[in-house]
Amino acid sequence: MTPMPAIPMEHALLLAAALFALGLCGLILRRNIIFMLMSIEVMMNATGLAFVTAGSRWQAPDGQIMFILVLTLAAAEACVGLALVIQLYRRFRTLDVDAASTMKG
Amino acid sequence: MTMDFLPLVFIAPLLGFVLLAFARGRLSETPAAIIGVGSVGISALTTLVAGWQFLGNPPVDGYVAVQLWTWMQVGNFAPSFTLHLDALSLVMCGVITGVGFLIHLFASWYMRGDEGYDRFFSYMNLFVASMLFLVLGDNLLFLYFGWEGVGLASYLLIGFWYKDAANGAAARKAFVITRVGDTFMAIGLFLLFREFGTLNIKELAVIAPTQWAIGSTMATTVCLLLLGGAVGKSAQLPLQTWLPDAMAGPTPVSALIHAATMVTAGVYLIARMHDLFALSPFAQHMVGVVGAITLLLAGFTALMQTDIKKILAYSTMSQIGYMFLAEGVGAYGPAVFHLMTHAFFKALLFLSSGSVILAMHHEQDIFKMGGLRKHIPFVFACMLIGTLALTAFPFTSGYYSKDEILHQAYLTGNHELWLAGVFGAFLTAVYSFRLIFITFFGPERFDAKHHAPHGAHTLDHHIPLAILLVLSLVGGFIHLPLAGLLPEAPIPEGDHGPAWIAHLPLFASLAGIAVSWFLFLKNPQIPAALARGGLTGAIGKLWRSAWGFDWLYDRVFVKPFVWAANINKNDIVDSFIGVIPATLRGANAVLVRTQTGNLRFYAAMAGAGACLLIAIMAFH
Repeated sequence: MTPMPAIPMEHALLLAAALFALGLCGLILRRNIIFMLMSIEVMMNATGLAFVTAGSRWQAPDGQIMFILVLTLAAAEACVGLALVIQLYRRFRTLDVDAASTMKG
Repeated sequence: MTMDFLPLVFIAPLLGFVLLAFARGRLSETPAAIIGVGSVGISALTTLVAGWQFLGNPPVDGYVAVQLWTWMQVGNFAPSFTLHLDALSLVMCGVITGVGFLIHLFASWYMRGDEGYDRFFSYMNLFVASMLFLVLGDNLLFLYFGWEGVGLASYLLIGFWYKDAANGAAARKAFVITRVGDTFMAIGLFLLFREFGTLNIKELAVIAPTQWAIGSTMATTVCLLLLGGAVGKSAQLPLQTWLPDAMAGPTPVSALIHAATMVTAGVYLIARMHDLFALSPFAQHMVGVVGAITLLLAGFTALMQTDIKKILAYSTMSQIGYMFLAEGVGAYGPAVFHLMTHAFFKALLFLSSGSVILAMHHEQDIFKMGGLRKHIPFVFACMLIGTLALTAFPFTSGYYSKDEILHQAYLTGNHELWLAGVFGAFLTAVYSFRLIFITFFGPERFDAKHHAPHGAHTLDHHIPLAILLVLSLVGGFIHLPLAGLLPEAPIPEGDHGPAWIAHLPLFASLAGIAVSWFLFLKNPQIPAALARGGLTGAIGKLWRSAWGFDWLYDRVFVKPFVWAANINKNDIVDSFIGVIPATLRGANAVLVRTQTGNLRFYAAMAGAGACLLIAIMAFH
């Protein structure tokens, strides 16, 4: 079996960076809190992709271990985030985060 | 020899102070008087018993020490809380508790009806306790503790009637001016400690002569600093201006603190430290010079006063001048003797004047009295005896003490001090009989209908006056057991001086009485004419204002200080330090605007910050 042609590292990292930038844009531009959570998820997976890429480049298991850590983190974040979504909706009857900007410094 | 009961002498008044202070006006007059007067009575009885044992069975070393506890321990410095009773402290204790008790008793009559009755007695008890600390302390730190305590009590009592702002000002003036002297004294104590590592008076007396040569600069400096403290407390030149203002306090206070006891603390201090002053002939001579100048200036001032208490205040100043003069020529025994007799007759004079003031419905101007001898004969008798003792009339107590001082001043060769003293005796007679003649003789100048004098007829008024009257008469026969404790004046063996020397002060006094009679009773138009004259009027004005010292100090010290304080109202140093909080507050005002509460803005900022960090890392 011929080995799969290796994807150049630059391509993988560029993809990760593009995903991360898209996620960040979504986070900043979307007002619906559920979409914001989804954007954060995208950003996390972008970092996971970068870790895996780096792990394959140096033939080290650390990248995959880090990806598992990121997955765990994402699960925990989703828990807390969804709880916040429910609280936000109960309090304000909307999912628009800008409505919840009453706490000012 | 042990004297375990000795602490009772100060515990009683201290306890009285605490009880009365915590009563805070809840006690009615009678229990307050019982506590206030009784505590000093216990103190006086204790002193009596202690004196009885001390004189009946004199201790070998000449003193009894009762160590209570060690005050503090810092390295080698461990001043103990030890009562030191020797003949000098015994005399002082006797005066403080004995005369103090009589004055307290009189005050229980005098202050009746005053709303601060128990407050008054709590302060008075505090004073007695502090003064006993002062004279019983065996080290200078203990003495200084009492020294400040009496200053505090004096301040509280001068401003006793605090609702009148002028009384508060007088109290502050007394406090601040004596503080100037106290600062000198404190520096003196620091120097002593630095040089010898101890403040114990007995140890100092042993060590100092072995380390300091006679007339050395250090000895002179320390003695002059101690003199500074004594001058402040005893109202001598140049720190004398507080005493006349201190008359704002109730009259028993003037009698106890500003005549009989506290103001003589300076005399006590110098007598106590005579071993140091022996090392500095210059400083010791300065003591005499200060005394001589003060007694003359105060004598002239007293001539022109119209307030009965101010006349007595200046005469106190002048008599303490005699004590300083005596110490200056080395006659410590006569100085302490005069201190005691002066306490008797000056307390008598002040208490009588208090009685006069009450009889005249709180009138203090002697020119609004006159002819009082018919209305209040007993007070007149007291006042007359007191004045005779003050002018050193033969067979009164003041005669023996003042005569002794002047005689020794001549024999030790201090002729100019002696001359000042003799002239002072003449002045004393003139001004004190001026008081008698104007107040008790001559026409009645008060409005008979509204101002009719009313005498007092109660025992608590009569008894103290009667006892002090007897003491003023026979106090001169008391033999003080001071021999061996205080050095004798350096008089050449067998030298008694010319015979007329011993009698000249008496003739000066008699001449003074005659002049006073001629000027103020027989021809009152002469002083009035002199006061109208151009030059004599100006001199009279100068004397009335006490030689303009208040005016001078106001210009030299008070005005510049107030001016500087006014300029620096906002504290220049503060404005530099104020930059720090102002910067923080400004930064806060800017940064607080970023806290919009908008979640997406925060996310954008976090992203921008991360980009910035990466950019810095990439291009650095």
